[in-house]
Amino acid sequence: MSEYIVDVDNVTVRFNKASENIDNLKEYFVKLVKHELMFKEFLALQNVSLKIKPGEAWAIIGTNGSGKSTLLKVISRILKPYKGSVTVNGSVASLIELGAGIDPKLTARENIYLNGCILGYSKKFVEERFDEIVEFSELEDFLDTPVKNFSSGMKSRLGFSVATMVKPDILIVDEVLSVGDVLFRKKCMNKMNEMLADGTTLLFVSHNMDTCKNMCDHALWLNKGEVVMSGEIEAIADEYMTTIEERKAKEKAAKKKKQKELDKKAKEIEEKKKKKKLEQ
Amino acid sequence: MTAEQKKSKFKEGSFLELLNYKDLLYQLVARDIKLKYRRSFLGYVWSVLNPLLIMIIMSIVFTMLFTKKTELFPIYLMCGRTVFEFIKTATDKALGSITDNASLLKKTYVSKFMFPMSKITASMVDFVFSLGALVILIVVYSFKYHRALFSFWNFGIVIVIIEAYIFAMGLGFLLAALNVFFRDIKYIYHAVTTMWIYCSAIFYNMGSFYDKGAKQLKAGGTPYALYLAKLIEYFNPAYIYIKQFRAFVWAPVCRKGLESWAYVHPTDFALGFGYAFLMFFIGVFAFRKSQDKFILYI
Repeated sequence: MSEYIVDVDNVTVRFNKASENIDNLKEYFVKLVKHELMFKEFLALQNVSLKIKPGEAWAIIGTNGSGKSTLLKVISRILKPYKGSVTVNGSVASLIELGAGIDPKLTARENIYLNGCILGYSKKFVEERFDEIVEFSELEDFLDTPVKNFSSGMKSRLGFSVATMVKPDILIVDEVLSVGDVLFRKKCMNKMNEMLADGTTLLFVSHNMDTCKNMCDHALWLNKGEVVMSGEIEAIADEYMTTIEERKAKEKAAKKKKQKELDKKAKEIEEKKKKKKLEQ
Repeated sequence: MTAEQKKSKFKEGSFLELLNYKDLLYQLVARDIKLKYRRSFLGYVWSVLNPLLIMIIMSIVFTMLFTKKTELFPIYLMCGRTVFEFIKTATDKALGSITDNASLLKKTYVSKFMFPMSKITASMVDFVFSLGALVILIVVYSFKYHRALFSFWNFGIVIVIIEAYIFAMGLGFLLAALNVFFRDIKYIYHAVTTMWIYCSAIFYNMGSFYDKGAKQLKAGGTPYALYLAKLIEYFNPAYIYIKQFRAFVWAPVCRKGLESWAYVHPTDFALGFGYAFLMFFIGVFAFRKSQDKFILYI
């Protein structure tokens, strides 16, 4: 066993960005005969390395489409890397999207068992923790209601309670807490802090820098699939914020410039009109 | 996640990895069966009534149509139909199982074999339930002929169910994997199953092929009908299982001596298990090789 609990080594993830997806035999043969079978490469992650020691809490930051979710998916085994390797020494609970395995036709009770099993727990194990889960989710009165009648907040409460029923070695959280009311969100944060105090390793994705700073001690900054910076959170968060501010400022400046040009043009047109009137 | 699950003995992505998810398999099968019978007015009654009604219609039509009579035709027909219906629905449901669970596969890691496997297992349980229709039919005919049409041979169908189950798994894995890459496999497979029904001697019997072949031989021609019969008997796994099923249910209670085509030999079982395992290994191999690419296509 190495000293790292998560070891992402030089990982590259490749997608096919072909303009049209060929998903049936007929099209496949037509394109094959016409020699139009294209593979347009798109690298969602490029040579990303991330080494996490047990007990650390990492924030993964970056703008939309920078590969944050892809990285989390690689770590939670959903995606296989095209190049490089991922080694995880421990159990992973990934909250990439709450209620991944929730079947709307089943009741909450049945869903707790089903979801628990999907996450890899045994039925007996879920049974032992059933009351705890129900209590945390605050859904005592709706246990035998089909989940299709639930609100989205109720659904995410159910999902979060099942996913965190036990202390995993690694907890992966991807902006799932944006739903639900303030009280429940606070409860989730508390639970996560509790886990952190217990030595769980955390991987956290959020656009909210304050939450990141609160929860995490390290950060990885991704941009277009490449690592910009990684290390202690303070420095990175500041750097990131300044870049974002700069970009905002730039955009603002560009906007101002454009507006000025427009104003100028409008003025010119007006002057021309005036001239014409005078000539008449 | 408990300590036992951390030390999983089975390689990620292998078929045996399913053993780490035994409880999930149970949950998924239970869900499919529960949802099928929940809140439907007739529930289980319907899954018994449906094959009985179809059997009645088909019996009437085909006893009038065919000159060559089959003894206890309704039982003969029902045996063939139940077995074929199992292979058909099981593989058909397995076919769409990966694409239907796309959202789940994008969010959590589960052994992907789980999805076709649960559909096929649920169909198998359904198949066992639907045997109730066959039991009702046999009881009715027992009263009609004033003799018990059950025999201890009936228990032999367990062997047939195992064979068909393994075969359906293999075919199901193969189809599920193919369907991820080519969504029109579904339509092609439906066309194939329709042809398959007619090649599986469900509502006719192989005797007519042999008679025709004998006639062709007598006339000095090539016995094509005979070749066709051999083709079905040796290369159609569905017929091989139907034949065995009948040997355990229908053949033991026939009174007027059986013709040679109805006899089952040990070689038939060897052939049945042979096809089952061959299909199983092809299916598992194809599924394993392609499963890492599923996520890019769903």
